[in-house]
Amino acid sequence: MFGDYSIGDLGAIFAMQGFAGLILFSVFVLMALGLAIIFGQMGVINMAHGEFMILGAYVTWATSGFFQQNLPALFPGYFFVAMILAFIAAGALGMLVEWALIRHLYRRPLDTLLATWGLSLILQQAYRSAFGAREVGVELPDWMMGSKHLTDTIEVPINGIFVMCLTALITCAVAYVLFWSRWGRQVRAVVQNRVMAGAVGINTEKVDRYTFGLGCGIAGIAGSAFTMIGSTGPTSGQLYIVDTFMVVVFGGAASLVGTIASAFTISQARSTLEFFLSGSMAQVLTLLAIVGILMLRPQGLFALKVRK
Amino acid sequence: MVIGDVQKDFLLAVEGLTVSFDGFKAVNDLSFYVDENEIRVIIGPNGAGKTTVLDLICGKTEATSGSIKFRGQELTHMTPNQIVLAGVGRKFQTPSIYDDLTVFENLEISYPRGRTVFGALTFKRDAAVRERVEAVAETIFLKDRLHTSAELLSHGQKQWLEIGMLLIQEPALLMLDEPVAGMSVSERVKTAELLHGIIKNHSVLVIEHDMKFVEDIAHKVIVLHQGRILSEGKMDKVKNDPKVIEVYLGH
Amino acid sequence: MNENARLFDRSELMALAALALLLLVILPLGLDVFRLNLVAKYLTYAFVAIGLVLCWGCGGILSLGQGVFFGLGGYCMAMFLKLEASSVANTKIQSTPGIPDFMDWNQLTQLPFFWQPFHSLTFTIVAIFAVPAIFAFIVGAALFKRQVGGVYFAIITQAIAAILTILIVGQQGYTGGINGITDLRTLKGWDIRTDQAKFILYFVEVAFLFATVVAAQFVRRSKLGRILVAMREKEDRVRFSGYSVANFKIFAFCIAAVFAAVGGALFTLEVGFMSPSFVGIVPSIEMVIYTAVGGRLSIFGAIYGTLIVNFAKTSFSESFPQLWLFGLGALFIAVVLAFPNGLAGLWRDYVQPRLDPLLLGRSAAAAKWAGRSVADGAAAE
Repeated sequence: MFGDYSIGDLGAIFAMQGFAGLILFSVFVLMALGLAIIFGQMGVINMAHGEFMILGAYVTWATSGFFQQNLPALFPGYFFVAMILAFIAAGALGMLVEWALIRHLYRRPLDTLLATWGLSLILQQAYRSAFGAREVGVELPDWMMGSKHLTDTIEVPINGIFVMCLTALITCAVAYVLFWSRWGRQVRAVVQNRVMAGAVGINTEKVDRYTFGLGCGIAGIAGSAFTMIGSTGPTSGQLYIVDTFMVVVFGGAASLVGTIASAFTISQARSTLEFFLSGSMAQVLTLLAIVGILMLRPQGLFALKVRK
Repeated sequence: MVIGDVQKDFLLAVEGLTVSFDGFKAVNDLSFYVDENEIRVIIGPNGAGKTTVLDLICGKTEATSGSIKFRGQELTHMTPNQIVLAGVGRKFQTPSIYDDLTVFENLEISYPRGRTVFGALTFKRDAAVRERVEAVAETIFLKDRLHTSAELLSHGQKQWLEIGMLLIQEPALLMLDEPVAGMSVSERVKTAELLHGIIKNHSVLVIEHDMKFVEDIAHKVIVLHQGRILSEGKMDKVKNDPKVIEVYLGH
Repeated sequence: MNENARLFDRSELMALAALALLLLVILPLGLDVFRLNLVAKYLTYAFVAIGLVLCWGCGGILSLGQGVFFGLGGYCMAMFLKLEASSVANTKIQSTPGIPDFMDWNQLTQLPFFWQPFHSLTFTIVAIFAVPAIFAFIVGAALFKRQVGGVYFAIITQAIAAILTILIVGQQGYTGGINGITDLRTLKGWDIRTDQAKFILYFVEVAFLFATVVAAQFVRRSKLGRILVAMREKEDRVRFSGYSVANFKIFAFCIAAVFAAVGGALFTLEVGFMSPSFVGIVPSIEMVIYTAVGGRLSIFGAIYGTLIVNFAKTSFSESFPQLWLFGLGALFIAVVLAFPNGLAGLWRDYVQPRLDPLLLGRSAAAAKWAGRSVADGAAAE
């Protein structure tokens, strides 16, 4: 498949596809970050995670419409507002879901998987009823359009760079919150010993609720980023859920670095392969490779060896 | 087994055993030997590596280096089920039984026949199985509860059931992790009685915190501290060892 | 001897009789051929559901990829039927006569090598059992031997379902793509599209279903069945009692795969086509809900659960399509939160205690062993 291209061309193709994969990478990282928090910290499999992302996408779409209609002067900045709203909306819904559903199922991971799948069906139908079955797309402000030419053959889309920076920022924030803040210590205390954490005065229920909310909120932000690479429909989230789970599992559930590295590997592999093969074959090959690697190394890429 | 003057054949020989978790050596260059029909108790403060030693012997944890020989057979490279077949049985710290099955079914699963997939498919509950299960149930004081669901048993009865599950396996070496933890006084007495009965024809490796219980049963004691042996020998000797008093018995 | 020696205890025998009455007498007499064919279609999923009772209910191994095996069985059957329907005489208007129409449309000029053996019915029947069993063995061996289980296993099986679907859809020339393999006509010259054929196939299918029930019950009643339960509860205890836990899991997964494949092959025969829409993530997880609704521990419950959910789906999605997804979603949540033992659990707790004194006599009912596995879902009727 590489035969028809010169070395220089190949270099340019890899670079271009690499940058084109940046948004996909960002979406993966944000989605997987949310999932990894929920799964890694709480052991809960959230099959409705894609729907939380799509909620963020719909919020972004609605915000962009609102700005276009009412505040055209501020339109260039709508994305920042949309992102915050997406975070709040998805996070609030997440906390509601944790209260109504998840907290009853903490000791039954396989059952949370089924219950959250049910939730995802309900959310999909709710979106369909509320926003219609047709996919919607957002309009990007001018400053995000276009691309920068690095060399004659390599150009990089501006929105890609923007989303990338945003993702980096959010990842750092999450890392800070989880590893250095007082709240993060509480989360980890609850993970390691729920009873003891409760006994020393940590409100474990509250910690669970906010953790789940945070994970879903980040998915909401992923939804904002998602509006830049695809149009939003009621079932768009479902397409991403398997990939995202693969990112999390491949990265070694509890490791932040692993999640990022695996999101990068998977999105780049897919994006590069897509240039040479059809999109579906690129996805098949990437998924197959991951499943194959997981069969050889089930603990994922980055897992700590711990005393059981 | 012949016990000669020149070279004694040990039942279990642990030599230079080390396991390291990301650099932390939970068990560090540990060596000890257990004779046939001996009761050996491992004591030590929390985190000394006691349970890890059992994990290593039964194949739950892989050793970083060192050797574990059971009747001359090297265990470190065997799978857990091969180790059981070689004759090592292990009881876990918290009672590990099958709540959804009856006492009878719990014991039957450990009966040493039909352990392969097709063996289990064609396994027949014949008279030999029933007799053996009933005999063991009698030993562990559960004869009249054979057909109750195991989840209805008391904590002590669950511990006995798990010991029974080991007995029916007929291992040459029994490893018990805190068999009397959480038991009432009368249950402790009965358990001691049970163990005294068992040890007549088994070798036993026990982890226990209850000093009175240890004194009651142990032939020899090993005191573990930070993955190493602090002291080893008869209970009287160990009890008066100043190092042991300092790190463990003193408080 | 004691109750353990018999394959079915008394209440299970009654459940079996009730099921036979329903499937062999009431439904064939009460429904027209169209509706009966719908039942036949639903019942093919019951094979998957029974497999999940063993694998998930008893063994605790949740596979979210059962559609893969349903599809493998279905596609094996469809390949045979398609080749028979694509004789040179039937396809003489194609640019390459004698190959399936979709291959011709995709500019294939000869039959791919893996289609060749499906000219033989014997090979096809062997393949329906062997292909899913081997595939399940490979996946199971790779994962269970490395002690991958629980949610990781569920997610990897789901990924496999996704991969296979994308692959089938993408490789149109070899698989028929998104439309699947359609326009199947005859089985060894016997036209399977007629009402009479559908009627006969229904009874063939019910016979297979009963065979599957007996096989599943045999596994469940054997010591292996108890080991599966034991493994679900305390995997380490089983491992350190001298069993190779991985082998037992592989067995459970393989047998569930074979059941699913039989269902898939029968589906192709009954419905007359096979497509990737029965392979992917969504159908696979819906098959889990059939088992969950019926009661994850109950073989009979799984059958009734399958029938009820599918009937509800058909009638709701005809009249209120929006409501159906809400209903299905709510069903997933309710069955997990409120009724973890499904219909079989409700039956056991509320109906059976009232029924027993009537059927068995008061003393016998009182003496009956505390029924954990009493599996009867005749609530469906």
